[in-house]
Amino acid sequence: MSTKLNSRIPEGPVAEKWTKHKGTIPLVSPANKRRIDVIVVGTGLAGSSAAASLAELGYNVKAFCFQDSPRRAHSIAAQGGINAAKNYQNDGDSVFRLFYDTIKGGDYRSREANVHRLAEVSTSIIDQCVAQGVPFARDYGGLLDNRSFGGVQVSRTFYAKGQTGQQLLLGAYSALERQVAKGRVKMYARHEMVDLVVVKGKARGIIARNLVTGELERHSAHAVIVASGGYGNVFYLSTNAMGSNVTAAWKAHKKGAFFANPCFTQIHPTCIPVNGETQSKLTLMSESLRNDGRIWVPASLEDAKAIREGRLKAIDLSEEQRDYYLERRYPAFGNLVPRDVASRAAKERCDAGYGVNKTGEAVYLDFAAAIVRYGQEQANLKGMHQATESEIVALGTKVVASKYGNLFQMYEKITDENPYTAPMKIYPAVHYTMGGLWVDYNLMSTVPGLFVAGEANFSDHGANRLGASALMQGLADGYFVLPYTVGTFLADDISTGPISTDLPEFAEAESASRARLEGFLNSKGSVPVEVFHRRLGRIVWDNIGMARSEMGLKKAIAAIRALREEFYRDVKVLGGMYEMNPELDKANRVADFLELGELMALDALAREESCGGHFRDEHQSEEGEALRRDEEFAFVSAWEFTDGDPGKATLHKEELVFENIKLVTRSYK
Amino acid sequence: MNLTLKVWRQKNAKETGSFATYQVRDISPDMSFLEMMDVLNEQLISQGTESVVFDHDCREGICGMCSMFINGEAHGPDRGVTTCQLHMRKFKDGDTITVEPWRAKAFPVVRDLMVDRSSFDRIIQAGGFISVNTMGNLPDANATPIEKHDADAAFDAATCIGCGACVATCKNASAMLFVSAKVSQFALLPQGQVEAADRVRNMVNQMDLEGFGNCTNTGACEVECPKGISIENIARMNREYLKASLIS
Repeated sequence: MSTKLNSRIPEGPVAEKWTKHKGTIPLVSPANKRRIDVIVVGTGLAGSSAAASLAELGYNVKAFCFQDSPRRAHSIAAQGGINAAKNYQNDGDSVFRLFYDTIKGGDYRSREANVHRLAEVSTSIIDQCVAQGVPFARDYGGLLDNRSFGGVQVSRTFYAKGQTGQQLLLGAYSALERQVAKGRVKMYARHEMVDLVVVKGKARGIIARNLVTGELERHSAHAVIVASGGYGNVFYLSTNAMGSNVTAAWKAHKKGAFFANPCFTQIHPTCIPVNGETQSKLTLMSESLRNDGRIWVPASLEDAKAIREGRLKAIDLSEEQRDYYLERRYPAFGNLVPRDVASRAAKERCDAGYGVNKTGEAVYLDFAAAIVRYGQEQANLKGMHQATESEIVALGTKVVASKYGNLFQMYEKITDENPYTAPMKIYPAVHYTMGGLWVDYNLMSTVPGLFVAGEANFSDHGANRLGASALMQGLADGYFVLPYTVGTFLADDISTGPISTDLPEFAEAESASRARLEGFLNSKGSVPVEVFHRRLGRIVWDNIGMARSEMGLKKAIAAIRALREEFYRDVKVLGGMYEMNPELDKANRVADFLELGELMALDALAREESCGGHFRDEHQSEEGEALRRDEEFAFVSAWEFTDGDPGKATLHKEELVFENIKLVTRSYK
Repeated sequence: MNLTLKVWRQKNAKETGSFATYQVRDISPDMSFLEMMDVLNEQLISQGTESVVFDHDCREGICGMCSMFINGEAHGPDRGVTTCQLHMRKFKDGDTITVEPWRAKAFPVVRDLMVDRSSFDRIIQAGGFISVNTMGNLPDANATPIEKHDADAAFDAATCIGCGACVATCKNASAMLFVSAKVSQFALLPQGQVEAADRVRNMVNQMDLEGFGNCTNTGACEVECPKGISIENIARMNREYLKASLIS
């Protein structure tokens, strides 16, 4: 165990830790809260809910987002649902089972105490959201409906069609705007954090760029919460929003916050395949589709080839000519295996030559069976005992449309193909990053006063996140964890008084930021930022993607270092500093991705095992399953930025202790 | 395909803008409209011209950030999509495409095709919420059953992405569709009843203060809305408003 890491996990049995801890956290009186300022960076589920809840408690909150409105943060795009251990379906769910599933799903690389707390507060989240008017799906009795997600055998996922993230974020956003109206939150939209200000070892503010005027602004506070999301855009093509970036987290890392498990990235199995060179982003098709969709490729190489060449169509193949490879390999979980397993299985089939689109990188997701099943059910309900096949299909199509209508529409708009009549084509794409800034049990980083919430921290998902758990974690952190745990730090600040932005630390951070941004503008290069980002993405996808090897990772490190040098020498950014200049914003973000990419490779190289989303070619079984090495690698890698060079980062290890769950080989067979 | 683009360029809110004409070549029909704009921007940068500024983020039709008025239509010629979901297969080789920002007094231009929609946030601040703090001991989520049709209708209203296409489309630059979607969501749910009267009064009041126009029932907003929000919501808001006036 590193001496620099103290996870501050409370004593006692895991099921009592949170209750006991809450009861002993120092309180800050209402009168004193008014004298304490908190900065929240990012307004997704974690940021909005934290900002709103802290303001309700009485803290002075300043919230920042780079979008034009806090409602547009990328949590809005989450589709499938949010987990909670309500056990409304009476199917054997419980807090312990959600805890267990999350630890197992994460391939035993997350911290038990944090995950148990997450499972405990999950039920409050649903109550909170319903009270806010979030319109979850309901059944005809008026009660909340649930569905199933990958990696579990119960139905604990609450949803609002394929727009759950939107509805939850609008709930948190409305709570936030209510506080803005009261003057409890000062909202800074179209502002981007460009540096963290650390005063006497404590996080005391940020430098933000006003993206409209280009001015650099100093903002002080007694504590800073970074809830700026994940770093999936290091891959260039991902399901993240175009603006999603690592800059806030990376700047915090360079100011002393350790970065944990950067190589744990999630490749989501069901995304619309890449179609061309000019593609700017990838679109997810919700995992909820795997409830009803069956994944397959042709059983023979000849058929696959004929399909790729357009001589054969999917519907021409009989059942015997199809390989439902997930059902074949994992009979117990079938199409609902966790994401990492499903993604690798798709890659394995496509690498073996069974891919079904022009590029050979696509598999089918087929709803024909579900349409017939639902259609038959509806026909029975309506007493249509002589229903024809086409009547059944029409009825079933209606049911599928009511469940996934917006996703099917999205698919059709993008691909120009009708997924009701021909199976969807899907392929894995980068979706989520389990790694992030290291935090202790209170969600505080290694910089005192800097808290990290949501996808930006590393805490709950280990090496692989289960579906519908990101929304749960974001809201848990913001609504139910941070409002308590900030007290552990802020209780000492009741008589500190306002933090002055005239302190030399603010001046230094501001001038460093200015110099960096001016550097991009003064570079006399000839290549647009986008080109560098695309090239970086290719390196990262090829070498730090679904499969990694020592050779590939070493190659990636050299290539990223070379690309970084080239970037500073040859980037071309037009326009000025003091104006709306999205090219300059992008340069600032890509520069950080160019450093993070190297740390990811370093981390992947150091982790000589396969677990969750991290698959090392050197560590697999004969059947191609991941081989974890618990003896040597049951720890969190926490990297300290060292000597101004991401390649020289120092590794600290937080040993993971499993007292409640036995480490076993993860099996979904 | 090869296209001619007439794009609105405007340095900032104070200066006046004008159209600039650009040519783009070899555009694939599978590209999205914004990817075509990316191609234009890379081309402009290589030529030493500043790129066209436009709002965009999720590029999957849900964040509500993209906001282009294309050939006289909000989000372009396709139905039920945002600009980021509009694909070039909707255009023909040799077309001339005109691209403008949303035009409304309450949406001042920030730069080029980017406008300031913070007026929408202020309308939400006026009452687009249910006054419930974060609490760990709220009633169980299933304590109050909600009739499925009401729940579904509330959901349909709640899918508004706040893009402002309704305002840009309306000849009066009215925000009635946006405001009524939020009012309807809460009017259809038991949770929203407590503050119903104040909510509709305050939100409508703020809408007027921001300088949005009135509704004259042309229904254009519903046609152009990427999420298919129905103008029935406007009727519901009018009823709610009338009810609120009667009890005040």
